[in-house]
Amino acid sequence: MADTTASNVEPSPRVENGGLIQAITSRLVIAVPYVWLLVFFLIPFFIVFKISLSQTAIAMPPYTPVAEGVSDFFGKIGQFSFDNYLWLTEDPLYYRAYLRSLEIAGISTFFTLLIGYPIAYGMARAPASLRPTLLMLVILPFWTSFLIRVYAWIGILKPEGLLNQFLMSLNIIDTPLIILNTDTAIYIGIVYSYLPFMVLPLYSSLEKMDYTLVEAANDLGCPPLRAFWKITFPLSLPGVVAGCLLVFIPAVGEFVIPDLLGGKETLMIGKTLWNEFFANRDWPVSSAVAIILLLLLVVPIMFFQHYQAKSQEAGR
Amino acid sequence: MNPTWSRFNIASVVLGFAFLYLPIVILVIFSFNASRLVTVWGGFSTQWYVSLFSNQGFLDAAWVTIRVGLLSATVATILGTMAALALVRYTRFRGRILFSGMVFAPLVMPEVITGLSLLLLFVAAGMDRGFVTVTLAHITFTMCFVAVVVQSRLVSFDRSLEEAAMDLGATPVKTFFQVTLPVILPAIVSGWMLAFTLSLDDLVIASFASGPGATTLPMKIYSQVRLGVTPEINAACTMLIGVVAIGVIAASIANKRREVQRQRDEQAAQRG
Repeated sequence: MADTTASNVEPSPRVENGGLIQAITSRLVIAVPYVWLLVFFLIPFFIVFKISLSQTAIAMPPYTPVAEGVSDFFGKIGQFSFDNYLWLTEDPLYYRAYLRSLEIAGISTFFTLLIGYPIAYGMARAPASLRPTLLMLVILPFWTSFLIRVYAWIGILKPEGLLNQFLMSLNIIDTPLIILNTDTAIYIGIVYSYLPFMVLPLYSSLEKMDYTLVEAANDLGCPPLRAFWKITFPLSLPGVVAGCLLVFIPAVGEFVIPDLLGGKETLMIGKTLWNEFFANRDWPVSSAVAIILLLLLVVPIMFFQHYQAKSQEAGR
Repeated sequence: MNPTWSRFNIASVVLGFAFLYLPIVILVIFSFNASRLVTVWGGFSTQWYVSLFSNQGFLDAAWVTIRVGLLSATVATILGTMAALALVRYTRFRGRILFSGMVFAPLVMPEVITGLSLLLLFVAAGMDRGFVTVTLAHITFTMCFVAVVVQSRLVSFDRSLEEAAMDLGATPVKTFFQVTLPVILPAIVSGWMLAFTLSLDDLVIASFASGPGATTLPMKIYSQVRLGVTPEINAACTMLIGVVAIGVIAASIANKRREVQRQRDEQAAQRG
């Protein structure tokens, strides 16, 4: 960012009449996506916040509006109802769901890192001619539907499913394992679905690494494992951080995986929000659930953004 | 320099890819199962594809999904490319931090939050939920993915090419279309494809943003999955995978050809 010059904003008119056109197009290039994101990404959050302060009503839409417009919003601050937020603290269902979501996302992120790291490491050390193909193979599942990939596991994990058939035919077990509709199935689902998100940033930081450093350490008598922890792992840390955030943040709010693979008693907040909205039709409470979830995730999201901006500048 | 590829490295890559691909392969195989039971093999059959093509609900959903995907991916690619240009080329403008935040945050934002917030926006604006609202929602979340893909290409772009064109008298707009665009085109194409597949695959955001009459294929598949696993769903999933796989492979072949052509051109230019 230091090399920024004013010419980036107001380019010097190299071509006589190009200056004005350039100034207009540069403003348009910024303004159009900016306004779009303001309208469809930022403003909706304020609407969610506003509705989270309103009362539930049996109507369409099913809430009593608290304020019309911005000026009215400030005029009616006294009438805001924090009942929905109070409700979230009174019913243990909600905070348990939040805690459980954070826990499940945390544990799954750890296992994704544990499985993803050797894959990324193996890819980074593969012969250079093979690497583009391997990279393609990691990206390809990312293009297949999330829903389909989760659905595929139902047939594998069912009591009469393929995993149990396989293990029983080998006489490893004699009664089917109950995996589907348990927390284990959720972990498997998250690790499987988010693995490419972990492997890609890990691979890109491991591939850039200078392996002569490890060789030098080995030559100087450092055992390979120690060299890994002292050199390779610290150098891959940006990839580790990016990968973990890319897995953890969406996993906290995950809906499809706990819904299809998890049991009825497993509470995750994404599923709770979905049920409040679609089954109970309680828009104000589901808005309050969303706002609290957003507050929980705001620190990791900002961290992620900061990291993205930094790596973007590093590539400059 | 090529470091040694140890046995451990090979094993972890092979096992990793087996883990990634086996479930999908199994799903595809069982879509050709003659038996109604999804997990017991009863011989080869394409009957589930036949029954799928006579299922009007699935066909309608597929048509909606394709239209939403084509339209939203195209608009998202234009907006996303503009956003990428804004981020890379204009390092100083008012609200840049907010802007880059709004580009990166949707990448990790839990879908239930994005879906709920967009739905409440559409309700507040008095819009009927349906085809238009799903398309708007998909444009919004996929444009950010396009922006990231195009941005990574723009960062490594050699700006002296543009300067040369402008020194030779090309206007900035002409320079963009004749110099910049051809160079970043592969990124724009893969951005479009990413946006299209994300739209094709999305369940959560579509469920919030959609209304009666605009059921997308993932919504249809989801409602069927809740009733139980059937070979028809496997067949529908296989076709969805097939469409995406053909697209991705075609794009990568085209990309490779262009790359070879470019190298040949460069060599020819050097020979003079």
